[in-house]
Amino acid sequence: MVNRKTLLPDAEGHFGRFGGRFIPETLMAPIQELEAAYLQVRDDSQFQKELEERLRQYAGRPTPLFLAERLSDSLGVRVYLKREDLCHTGAHKINNALGQALLAKRMGKKRIIAETGAGQHGVATATVCALLDLDCEVYMGTEDTKRQALNVFRMELLGAKVVPVDSGSQTLKDAINEAMRDWVTNVEDTHYLLGSVLGPHPYPMMVRDFQSVIGREARRQILELEGELPQTLIACVGGGSNSIGLFYEFLEDASVGMIGVEAGGFGKQLGQHAARFEGGGPGVLHGTFSFVLQDENGQIASTHSVSAGLDYPSIGPEHAYLREHGRVRYASVTDDEALEAFHVLSEVEGIIPALESAHAIAYLIREKALFSGKTVVVNLSGRGDKDVETVQGRDREK
Amino acid sequence: MKLGKRSFIPFVTAGHPDLESTEKIVLALAQTGASVIEVGIPFSDPVADGPTIQLSSFVALSHGYRFSDYIQMIERVRSETDVGLIFMTYLNPVLNYGLEKLDREAAAAGLDGILISDLTPEEYLGGDTTTDGLKGPQGRSEDLEPLGAETSRSFGSELPGPFDSFAFQRLETVFLVAPTSTEDRVRRICDASTGFIYLVARTGVTGKQTQIDRSLPAVVGQIRKFTDLPVAVGFGIRSKSDVEQVWEFAEGAVVGSAIVDFIERNKECIDLAGRVAGFVNDTLLPRF
Repeated sequence: MVNRKTLLPDAEGHFGRFGGRFIPETLMAPIQELEAAYLQVRDDSQFQKELEERLRQYAGRPTPLFLAERLSDSLGVRVYLKREDLCHTGAHKINNALGQALLAKRMGKKRIIAETGAGQHGVATATVCALLDLDCEVYMGTEDTKRQALNVFRMELLGAKVVPVDSGSQTLKDAINEAMRDWVTNVEDTHYLLGSVLGPHPYPMMVRDFQSVIGREARRQILELEGELPQTLIACVGGGSNSIGLFYEFLEDASVGMIGVEAGGFGKQLGQHAARFEGGGPGVLHGTFSFVLQDENGQIASTHSVSAGLDYPSIGPEHAYLREHGRVRYASVTDDEALEAFHVLSEVEGIIPALESAHAIAYLIREKALFSGKTVVVNLSGRGDKDVETVQGRDREK
Repeated sequence: MKLGKRSFIPFVTAGHPDLESTEKIVLALAQTGASVIEVGIPFSDPVADGPTIQLSSFVALSHGYRFSDYIQMIERVRSETDVGLIFMTYLNPVLNYGLEKLDREAAAAGLDGILISDLTPEEYLGGDTTTDGLKGPQGRSEDLEPLGAETSRSFGSELPGPFDSFAFQRLETVFLVAPTSTEDRVRRICDASTGFIYLVARTGVTGKQTQIDRSLPAVVGQIRKFTDLPVAVGFGIRSKSDVEQVWEFAEGAVVGSAIVDFIERNKECIDLAGRVAGFVNDTLLPRF
């Protein structure tokens, strides 16, 4: 039986009351062009085959599902790690970057623009642009270019131009603003390669589809390894692409619980964290209706997280939907808890996780009693090489 | 809205350099013969605006004004002039304040209309009138029931979206048309608008244009097929000759960044409002 109501999003990109398209009319033409092009390739077996091939040969998929035995023993929980950190460029971001760049190529676009916070999505985009011979410009908040100087150089090595953004808070949200402004001005030859399940329709759907390879692999792998589905999936949630990528394939499996972990920063006050579901309310930012951290006048609030990839005031609309319907639970962990987990995983498994992914590990460590004796899959969305300086600095402060 | 032939529509950002000054500037602009004045309500993430209006927005936000402060300013202005007054803003501050509350209170204060840059007619009217694009769900066809059985049951009790049961009753609506808008979209935008139609002179952000798009008269022709509402043209209009050119094929010419830029450069001067009016008279308004 087909329950058509559950085929989300609807034609205007709504996940229940969330999502949609809240954009200036000048952006409508390129968004509609993109939507039409994406719907075409989604059902095009040749395109999907090419993407699959690139993911295998270039990005290194499938990534392993690794039983973390020492961590499991210490927590009393059977912990599997989905090793997205082993993808080319060190994070799941490449899955989406490859998909969109191949699409842009099909659309005849010559130039790619992207936003980046920590630099992971920028590096992934610069990488696929080098691979596919596309011009690449990456918008990055001036503040972030300072915090992540190495990734700026990495992007430049890959042939991309990094454009510092001086407006507003000079971080990720301002980089997105500037990329959107670029796009309305250069629609003809440019594709905006958005890095998460954010923005106006079709981005939340398209990025989810490109990332859902994570969950398709994980579901097959866990059934092979364990013969049954896990009790719970855990993933960190910034914009929400690695988490939706893991969760999506399991949504029908009613027995599988899912937890998205937001950045609790260093306090509960507005500006001290990036926990949209704890401190935010319904609102519109960057073209989509979702949960947004905002002040009492509806101005977007500044956020904080030790992890730049989680440091964003809104969250993908499908997450808002899944939360409202009780399908996924959301929680937050603090900077300190994430830093502790960063050390734990490094020491007991020899895996240095990205600080983003360390949030998911930290939640599991803190709440281990909930999962006692059960099987849990944690999405290890990226590796932590980019974060060693940050962690070193924090350790020295102690 | 009062928008006859050869209408001049200046834009200022409320609270730039501060709200007292804005009030005086708006009154001075009314004296220049402006038909409608667009009062920009600042937003922290103005994606449709270029550097000039962005900067003015950040200055205004630094004062921490509340939405009610802007409405009270309208009330004071309205007590002294009949000029048309509309808010131009982004959706989030409006949602935060409350759509119905804003409609009621701002109209009572004497505001005539509202333009929300990131609100599309589809979201405003609901998507049922779609005639282009694909109908029906767009979820992946192989994922027939992506949610667990337990959650599927709760679908009947979906909470309403922001515009599911709302339309402005008192404020007139102004929506944007772009040169790239398809005919179907032009029709929908005309359906959603009750004040006037705002035609964007180019694809890009505010304040960047050097030349007026030659396709504009044709787009105006398309608009006239669907509505009798007046048409105003804006984004990058910054000289007398631009204004004259626009008046050849549309009722109104909107000038934003040029005025905001003048205010920014002269914000320390005494009689800022008088200077702004002088600037408009000398450099923007054609004389006969």
